[in-house]
Amino acid sequence: MSTPFFESHELTKDFGGLRAVNELSFHVNEGEIFGLIGPNGSGKTTVFNLINGYYPITSGHIRFQGHTLNGLPTWKICKLGIGRTFQVVKPLRRMTVLENVMTAAFNHTESVVKSRDKALGVLEFCGLADKKDASAKGLPLGDRKRLEIARALATDPKLLLLDETMAGLTPQEQAEGVALIRKIRDSGVTIIIVEHIMRVIMSVCDRLLCINYGQRIAEGTPEEVANHPAVIEAYLGKD
Amino acid sequence: MKAPRWHIVVIVAAALAFPLIVRSDYYVHMFILALLWVVIGSSWNLLAGYTGQVSFGHAIFFGIGAYTAGLCATKLGISAWWGMLLGGPIASLIGLVIGWICFRLRGPYFALATIAVGEIFRLAAVVWRSLTGGMQGILLMQSFRSKLPYYYLALAIAFGCIYAIHRVMRSKWGYYFIAIREDQDAAESMGVNAFRYKSLSLVVSSFFTGLAGAFYMNYMAFIDPEVVFSLHHISIMAILVGIIGGVGTLWGPPLGAFIMVFLQETFRSSFFGLGPRWVSELHVLVFGLLVIFVILYMANGIVGDWDKIRRLGSSKAGAASASAGKGS
Repeated sequence: MSTPFFESHELTKDFGGLRAVNELSFHVNEGEIFGLIGPNGSGKTTVFNLINGYYPITSGHIRFQGHTLNGLPTWKICKLGIGRTFQVVKPLRRMTVLENVMTAAFNHTESVVKSRDKALGVLEFCGLADKKDASAKGLPLGDRKRLEIARALATDPKLLLLDETMAGLTPQEQAEGVALIRKIRDSGVTIIIVEHIMRVIMSVCDRLLCINYGQRIAEGTPEEVANHPAVIEAYLGKD
Repeated sequence: MKAPRWHIVVIVAAALAFPLIVRSDYYVHMFILALLWVVIGSSWNLLAGYTGQVSFGHAIFFGIGAYTAGLCATKLGISAWWGMLLGGPIASLIGLVIGWICFRLRGPYFALATIAVGEIFRLAAVVWRSLTGGMQGILLMQSFRSKLPYYYLALAIAFGCIYAIHRVMRSKWGYYFIAIREDQDAAESMGVNAFRYKSLSLVVSSFFTGLAGAFYMNYMAFIDPEVVFSLHHISIMAILVGIIGGVGTLWGPPLGAFIMVFLQETFRSSFFGLGPRWVSELHVLVFGLLVIFVILYMANGIVGDWDKIRRLGSSKAGAASASAGKGS
């Protein structure tokens, strides 16, 4: 069996006495949009923070294209080709939109000219080109979420982690967001997406993993997972 | 704020012509001190204003530079001018070690650590008498009787420092420094090795501060630990220069340096001998009031809030200017 593109093996994270992620194993294939769902507090963002190197892993391991990510610093994981967005957006406030994205575009170059070209391309791709000189501080939420995606893309990721990029957006903005995510995948980037909005998840994902209390409860196609009794129970409770 | 090119030409020309027109050793001396503070303030600003790592310990690098020059003369028996070559690199080296220790801490904890390290250096220079001469300090002979060579040297260092920072801030480093200031976690997730780039910022910052220290030794020809490693006369003064002029702006610290030096001298000399003697005791109080005023009404400093100041100047009796005007 060939090694998977991305693999989490018995991933476990303890915060003191609390086990936030519990022996979670899953894999993601190259070119896929993989959804990670679960009720509030089920450990989705914690999984991202483990992949991203924000939190040290308690046990288990994460592998990406043959590299073991355990113990690597966040910036090195980014260099290996994993970009991420934050659920609570983190714009570099006293920089313009273009400067934000240029900072990310320096990931694989030393040249200001190359970084600017790359950033302009990414802004065009994400539909932010007309806002490039706006201060990141004053952007409306929809554009901030787009800026998060643009910044992650500008680092040239092979795997993109999207953490609730649709939350708080209008249905119109959500539709644009879904189109953008598909476009990113079509450009050759594999995506893991955490999202609460079921309409988005169901329409965009190839496969889904549902977790609760940091543990797997179901995995499969969106239809399989949505109709799984354990998933319905986790979201709605037992009658 | 971006100064247009012809502004810079005017500033450079005026600076070059100044000592030839104003043939007063006293004023030239004032300008030399101001230029020294341009270098220290700008260096501090690179680390604190642009990179967001607020240092309360820049006296360390100033003192290291000054003692490097002094010890060249007293211990190695070579000219203290060699300190101008060695002072910067040695201060940078010490900066690297201090950064390696202190950059594990973030925000106010980093600032507190730099106070502690600064005091360690001051006390070490006092106690290690076999090396530094302790409180006796180091006394040398000045090389030139005229102030002109010192003036032009200080001017060259000041412009060199401003230009270097300008170039750094327009390169990849500059983008990374500001990203770290704005959000270190977000920066790391974009591939920024925050520890490395904070260290680079500190290396450049401590280099120029050390160079300023080495110049000070040569110019003043006397140093002791309480002067060059001083928390309030150097480290805090560097912060005031930055805050008054404008933190995170290229021309803020240079402007702040001139304001602070001339304010200090005006009060120290009791309005150039025109006022009563007790006025000279007031300069620290005036600094305090000035800082309070700037923080209340111009949180970004004079250069940082320049547009706001200009609007106030042009709108004659607007409600906003009336309320802000009271503070002055």
